[in-house]
Amino acid sequence: MSFLKKPSISHPGLPKNDIGLTIRDYEGAMSTLCAGCGHDSISSAIMQAYYELSVEPHRVAKVSGIGCSSKTPTYFLGGAHGFNSVHGRMPSIATGANAANRELNYIGVSGDGDSLSIGLGQFGHAIRRNINMMYLIENNGVYGLTKGQFSASADRGSTAKKGDANPYSPIDPVMLAISLGCTFVGRGFSGDKEHLVPMLKAAIRHNGFAFLDIISPCVTFNDHEGSTKSYAHTRANLRETVHADFTAHHEEIVAQIDPGEYKKITMHDGSRVGFQRVDESYDPTSRISALSYIEEHREKGEVVTGLLYFEESSSEMHSVLGSSQQAMATLPYKKLNPGAETLARIQSRWR
Amino acid sequence: MKPTDTARPDHFHQVVDCQWGCPAHTDVPHYIRQIAQGDYTGAYLENRKSNVFPGILGRVCDRPCEPACRRGRLDEEPVAICRLKRVAADLSDDIREFLPPKGPSNGKRIACIGAGAASLTVANDLLPLGYDIVMFEQHDKPGGLMRTNIPSFRLPADVLDDEIALVVERGVDLRLNTKVESMQALIDEGFDAIFVGTGAPRGKNVELPGRYDTDRIHIGIDWLEEVAFEHTKSIGENVLIIGVGNTAMDCCRTSLRLGGKNVKVMARKPRNWFKASVWELEDAEEENVDIIINHAPKEFVVEGGQLKGMLFDKLHYDIDDNGRLSDPTVIEEVFIACDDVILAIGQDNAFPWIEKETGLELTQWDTPVVHETNHSSSIDGIFFGGDAAYGPKNIIWAVEHGHRAAISIHKYCEGEDISDRPPRGLNLLSTKMGIHEWSYSNDFDDVPRHKMNHVDLVRRFKDIKIEVELGFNAEQTAREVERCLNCDIQTVFTEKLCIECDACMDICPTHCLTITENGEEDDLRGRLRAPANNKNQILTVSDALPQTGKVMVKDEDLCVHCGLCAERCPTGAWDMRKSRISIPYAFQK
Repeated sequence: MSFLKKPSISHPGLPKNDIGLTIRDYEGAMSTLCAGCGHDSISSAIMQAYYELSVEPHRVAKVSGIGCSSKTPTYFLGGAHGFNSVHGRMPSIATGANAANRELNYIGVSGDGDSLSIGLGQFGHAIRRNINMMYLIENNGVYGLTKGQFSASADRGSTAKKGDANPYSPIDPVMLAISLGCTFVGRGFSGDKEHLVPMLKAAIRHNGFAFLDIISPCVTFNDHEGSTKSYAHTRANLRETVHADFTAHHEEIVAQIDPGEYKKITMHDGSRVGFQRVDESYDPTSRISALSYIEEHREKGEVVTGLLYFEESSSEMHSVLGSSQQAMATLPYKKLNPGAETLARIQSRWR
Repeated sequence: MKPTDTARPDHFHQVVDCQWGCPAHTDVPHYIRQIAQGDYTGAYLENRKSNVFPGILGRVCDRPCEPACRRGRLDEEPVAICRLKRVAADLSDDIREFLPPKGPSNGKRIACIGAGAASLTVANDLLPLGYDIVMFEQHDKPGGLMRTNIPSFRLPADVLDDEIALVVERGVDLRLNTKVESMQALIDEGFDAIFVGTGAPRGKNVELPGRYDTDRIHIGIDWLEEVAFEHTKSIGENVLIIGVGNTAMDCCRTSLRLGGKNVKVMARKPRNWFKASVWELEDAEEENVDIIINHAPKEFVVEGGQLKGMLFDKLHYDIDDNGRLSDPTVIEEVFIACDDVILAIGQDNAFPWIEKETGLELTQWDTPVVHETNHSSSIDGIFFGGDAAYGPKNIIWAVEHGHRAAISIHKYCEGEDISDRPPRGLNLLSTKMGIHEWSYSNDFDDVPRHKMNHVDLVRRFKDIKIEVELGFNAEQTAREVERCLNCDIQTVFTEKLCIECDACMDICPTHCLTITENGEEDDLRGRLRAPANNKNQILTVSDALPQTGKVMVKDEDLCVHCGLCAERCPTGAWDMRKSRISIPYAFQK
């Protein structure tokens, strides 16, 4: 970790977004992660996405579990709400928070250990409930905080720093999410912000559970030759499949792109996500196409990235439950708790 | 763009804006660090190496370093470099033992005409090599325009005497009260080389009706000289200064100390077009000098041999979209009463003592043709420097001319080609001391520039010799040194180590780093993470990076040299290295 204080000074010509903030207004505390950690780069992409969407930092709630990845919400959006929860239990906290205040913008940051080992059950049910949030797995294939043991996402045959090969087959969170019915599934790479930032923006604006698996090399324990989650290996085997671009609802789409390779989907708030298919055979709106394509390329050792599955007709948790349109946190107490008399009246109906 | 050649000494030199902007290339960040560490003698010597007169320049330098200071580009005021220089001079121990003594005589005699900054620098550089320096000075004290044109409330005589002594006492044959009347006679004396450092001693005149009907109209620099030698001790209560350059500022402030009560500086143009340095204007206005804009002198009103005042045309200007002034239109005629007028509208170099027969080639303005870098004239062995070479500049330029001329004179006397200049060098040394330790103070301090304390407005007028500026106190010095951004601690990048994790670009507080596809400069500038519109500042571009073939681009413009890129780099591809530019001097040969 670094002990230097980041200088308060910034570039005087730094552009401002629609609400008059610069990118530096989206910073958090100084990172305590290892220098060169992919997670820091993701934090930076998250700041960029919220900045470009002109989201007010105090309208964002950051939730996380335990692990290197789960530490990162401290390092971005210092002005946001935050809850650093129990290992693997972030989805519960997110569900509760979202139930109480549906007006905030939720971002859950988790890791491969937090979501695919101890928290696998919670992860699955958060998807099933379709909580309106963006859920990130910062996936590095190792337990960094405990010095680099293989995690549940480590590929079979990938080697640890001292040379041991991993005997177990990996859990692929993307396959898992698609098969569980997640309505927004993508995979990114911390070292490729050009594609990560638009995907994050679309995920933030998605109405429902938006899941992104982000390959994020562990520079200390998993960036060696033999690792399948190193910077070099990921770059060499990356297969960009669908490039998403995001247009906020008030922006005009200027670029003219061949409609055969370009597909636009309007989101619930009028924003549009554009898909530019790099591989023509790919259909990001079909689960079957997505699953078979990913599997086919996984066998070749390729890491398929991009916005892999997208379905905008989602009904998120509140609309399924038919809960109050107004955030419960802002309801007057009388309305939220109608009192013992009302309770007695309701109970009497079943007597 | 091609990968930037960072091995070229000028590359990293250019990043150190203050040093690059200084004509004599004083290593400013280095001496500021020495001051921070309490090594005032070291800081003084570091200054003296390049600018020879730290105590003098710490008070009256034209400070080209300060407008160049990177801090000024960050919506702040520049570091008070000049004031810190004075701190070094004020607190330095005696440095005599550190100066090289005059070398054993090499039998060569050099004549220096004029004992000002340029000539003294030539002597300083040539003495250690064993040259015999004969210096001719028309007045009874050395110092040239530093003594005659800068009033003692800005530059006390003892400071001047001390620093001149450091040159002269090492063995200069200084001939005071010896005005050189004939170049030919001097040539005939058989010197091995002649250096002309006679300054620009002729104040410009104003030819208007009434100019010669009274003796109360003075030429600014002549008048300041008379005051300096105490031939003039008073002036009328109402004084008009014509012109608004730094000499005008000295004239108006001197007038206030000689009996002037109502002193007005008359400017032809609006404020943004004044020639005077901002700080000199501020100091004059602090003393309640009126600066009156848009007045063009028209006539001196003299009645019965007595100056009554002056007539001016009051002008109106329009400013066009490009910020240029239109031709003025006259609104009205204005009379302003006064007892004395001082003309401070510029000065020229003048050589009435150089005969045509010497064959010296002159320009159309009767100034000598002088080579830009080696300072030679059309006559072999005669060199010009300081204001005498290219007209009025300032002390720090005169010093640099002296250094260059000294190299030329030495080469000339050795029979070498004077146009073959010794190269500059570069040394880079890592400042990394441990995993998170760096051997420089990289904590950014957002404190504003410290203001110089002045002697109060009553006491300072009691004696012209009372120095107005008090110098920085210990607290001011301690905070001001921390304002320096350490531009000499360079960000050095090694492509082959980079794994493109983006950590450096993510952490950079001023967004000056970008990893992107290579392109032409204009295209690249448009694709960086923050606007890179200052084309005076270089883009440093790396070779292709190993993993993606992209390039690392650094916009040097606003880098605050905090070292976070190197601190957050997992592979040591970035390192913070201290650069030392070695500037060649004659005595180092």
